[in-house]
Amino acid sequence: MNSFDSSNGEEMSIDSAAQTNSLASVASAHTAARQPGNAPMGSGLEARGIHAWFGKHHALENVSLDFASGTVTALIGPSGCGKSTFIRTLNRMHEFIPSAAMAGEVLLDGKDIYSKGTDVTKIRLQIGMVFQKPNPFPSMTIGENVLSGLKLAQLKMSNKEDLMQECLERAGLWNEVKDRLGAHAGGLSGGQQQRLCIARALAVKPKVLLMDEPCSALDPGSTLRIEDTIGQLAQTMTIIIVTHNMQQAARVSDYTAFFLSEGGPGNMIEVGPTNEMFSRPRDQRTENYVSGRFG
Amino acid sequence: MTTKPAAPAPREITTKPRLSDRIFRGTVTGVGMLSLAILTLIGLFLALRGFQTFKTEGFHFITGVKWESVTSDSGKVTNNFGVGAMLIGTVLIAAVALVVGVPLSVLTALFLTFYAPERIKKFMVSVVDLMAAFPSILYGLWGFFILMPMVQYWAGLLYEYLRWIPIFNAPQPFFERSPFVAGMVLAIMIIPIVTSVSREIFAQTPLDRIQAAYALGATKWGMIKAVVFPFGSSGVVGGAMLGLGRAFGETVAVFTVLNIVFKVNFHILYGFGGNVASMIILKWGEAVGDETKALLAAGFILFVLTLLVNMLANFIVKRTLKSGK
Amino acid sequence: MTLETPVVVEPQRPWKATPRELAPTGYLLLASAFASWAVVAATPMKGKLAYAFLFFVFGTASLSINKGRKLGRSAAVDSIAGSVAMTGAFLVFLPVASILFTTIQKGVKGLHWTLFSQTMFTASYSDPISKGGLLHALVGTLYLILISVIVSVPMGILTALYLTEIKGPGSNFIQFIVQAMSGVPSVVAGLFIFASIIVTTPVKASAIAGAFALSILMIPTVTRTAQEVLLLVPMDLREAGQALGATQWKTVATIVVPAARNGLITATILGVARIAGETAPLLFTIGGSDKLNWNPFKDYQGALPFYVWKGLLLGTPESIQRAWTGILVLLILVLVLFILARTLGGRKMKSK
Repeated sequence: MNSFDSSNGEEMSIDSAAQTNSLASVASAHTAARQPGNAPMGSGLEARGIHAWFGKHHALENVSLDFASGTVTALIGPSGCGKSTFIRTLNRMHEFIPSAAMAGEVLLDGKDIYSKGTDVTKIRLQIGMVFQKPNPFPSMTIGENVLSGLKLAQLKMSNKEDLMQECLERAGLWNEVKDRLGAHAGGLSGGQQQRLCIARALAVKPKVLLMDEPCSALDPGSTLRIEDTIGQLAQTMTIIIVTHNMQQAARVSDYTAFFLSEGGPGNMIEVGPTNEMFSRPRDQRTENYVSGRFG
Repeated sequence: MTTKPAAPAPREITTKPRLSDRIFRGTVTGVGMLSLAILTLIGLFLALRGFQTFKTEGFHFITGVKWESVTSDSGKVTNNFGVGAMLIGTVLIAAVALVVGVPLSVLTALFLTFYAPERIKKFMVSVVDLMAAFPSILYGLWGFFILMPMVQYWAGLLYEYLRWIPIFNAPQPFFERSPFVAGMVLAIMIIPIVTSVSREIFAQTPLDRIQAAYALGATKWGMIKAVVFPFGSSGVVGGAMLGLGRAFGETVAVFTVLNIVFKVNFHILYGFGGNVASMIILKWGEAVGDETKALLAAGFILFVLTLLVNMLANFIVKRTLKSGK
Repeated sequence: MTLETPVVVEPQRPWKATPRELAPTGYLLLASAFASWAVVAATPMKGKLAYAFLFFVFGTASLSINKGRKLGRSAAVDSIAGSVAMTGAFLVFLPVASILFTTIQKGVKGLHWTLFSQTMFTASYSDPISKGGLLHALVGTLYLILISVIVSVPMGILTALYLTEIKGPGSNFIQFIVQAMSGVPSVVAGLFIFASIIVTTPVKASAIAGAFALSILMIPTVTRTAQEVLLLVPMDLREAGQALGATQWKTVATIVVPAARNGLITATILGVARIAGETAPLLFTIGGSDKLNWNPFKDYQGALPFYVWKGLLLGTPESIQRAWTGILVLLILVLVLFILARTLGGRKMKSK
């Protein structure tokens, strides 16, 4: 029933996933549509048969992926393979492009976020996002930036200071900015700004955090700090990170999915535990890519 | 001891432009400078011709409210020229125009940039551009015959319910050809420029900030408040000032709908007011000698006023547009 | 297993509202219209203004409450903001519709053929409109446009070339000056030509003096539009020209300007549209003759805006009718220019 043939893709057993990474409680990945009811409780996010179009251009074809809570999944692949498009369908940012269209379902705790009557703003509160370029609000102070999500969504906040500190600590920025929370965010370095954006995304307590090449605009030092932060955050939330950098994928992720476009729309070629993907990929194309033969 | 070899002097890369290019560059530069020359000449000539008035009237020309040239029986001419009432009227009418026109323009710009479907957007952009192309005498004619009766009715309502606010009071309920009517016509006339500047600025809002706001669960309005307004507000102020410059300088339309009287009137609903530009054409027909010079002096003041407002406005708009890049 | 035909997945836009989801909006607006009618009928609030205001209040409130009930407070506020923005745009649309409607409605009554074959030399403005015509004004306006184009278009385009091709240290400054010049009030342009040319030179009030005044207003418009289209010509076209050894002059003349040709024509048309209806500068510079004058360099000249102006000032029913008819002719001229500029500009966009 799916055009993407999955008959030879083995399902990973829950046990092997647990062995691979102690942080990962449960993880499974599928290339075929999954039987309802099989999903483990609180499985977080599940994409089923996602297609994406920009006008007539078919950008992404039939991607199904499962993201278990408490895991970090890296999406890798050469430019133009649809991985950024895919991540943007997961919190409905895809629809801001006027000609965009999609097909498929994205289930958050079993509910399709594209179903009629869904409040898209509430979806984006649960599935946060960090972008390629650090984009703090320059008109706000550091502290205001952290709390901006609550203000935007008009959520009540009881303990502003505590929340601000907690988020900044989790983003690994607290020590650097605790004395200047009232300063404008524009004065921070690029890496600090990106961590501020992470803190801002955390303040609304999302279940899932999407990161679209969060380190591509940063220097190596800042990149390492952000990778540390990702490791910390993964204990409490689901993280999906798009990256061009295979070392980064290997360092931070529990699972890796490889995307590729061979002329036509982008496909997901293979998904598996990160160490297997890099040591013994099943698909020849994946092997070519991870061994640096193209891309 | 060895001497250090001298660092090579940088070689200048020059190509001597060919004759045709030198002529081209010279012509184009010369013509480019002509705009500056024209602008300078405008100021120079008006100041020169109005010089005598400035000399005899002094500062009183700005503050005085009378405009009269009396010839006594003995043939002696006594002049008393002052544009004070006209300046106050100009500012008052422009203020009405801004208060009404700017919010409408900003709303329209917001609607066009963030709300309107593509087709309606195209249509409305044409409508706003067409508004800019309408001759001002058309606004005057339409304002006098169509808008004024309506505005008189609105003025009546304001007078009835808000009279306790001093500017909405009036000695008598006489609302024809008032500053309020003129301000309403001007409000419509400044909408195109304020809307197009605001639209240009809103469209420059950095996309990554817009996305950041949406990704944090903002509604469209939440995003506009958090991102678009902080980014664009100063540019909109610049756009409003460009509108102010237009409102200061508009002549024919205001002349048609305003009852010009040389007397200060702060009651915007009440049926008389002042306006420098319109006063010039009102008095031009009958003016001779000194009065013509006084009118040229008034033109100079109008020129300086609009020039300053426009320069400041352009500076602000440009700075905002740059900050988005 | 049976053979399955591959399922073709259709692109969907689940975020777009379906007709079914839009229906409540329609119902609520209908209900608001009914409620405003009921309130106007039942209370002392009367008039069109009351209908419009109540409909706006009821419509905005009911849509907002509907949204808020489903999606919460911020969605309710968002709905109000959307309604207000749309209402603002609609309020901007209204005067344009009204202006077009009244001008046509009032102006058409006075249209007749002799309008274009006679002048006001033998008729008075307070005569019935069937007597006399506006041929002199039409000729005057065409002269004014022609001379203004001859003066402003070369100057505007050359200035634009200076701003885009030379980019010297002065170009930022000149840019600033051009912007300042576009804010010069039209009355000041007229006064300046009077003070500089009519007073001091042998050129007296005539079409050419009027055209000089109009050129001051037209040059910045042409410059700014021309600059925009010249900037659209890709940089590599210029570099390609110069890499082939062409001089800058040759490159500009044979590559840049032809590439921007349609845009430059649009700039000219927009400039003409800007000045065609200007009245104030003419009051000081052309004399406002009622006689046909074929000599643009000498003697008083008439013009369409001046014709309208005279009719309006006189204030008799016949002269007002003349003003409306004159403004209709002027409006048609402006509309033709406007549509011409649009279609030319549109073609440029598509071919890009």
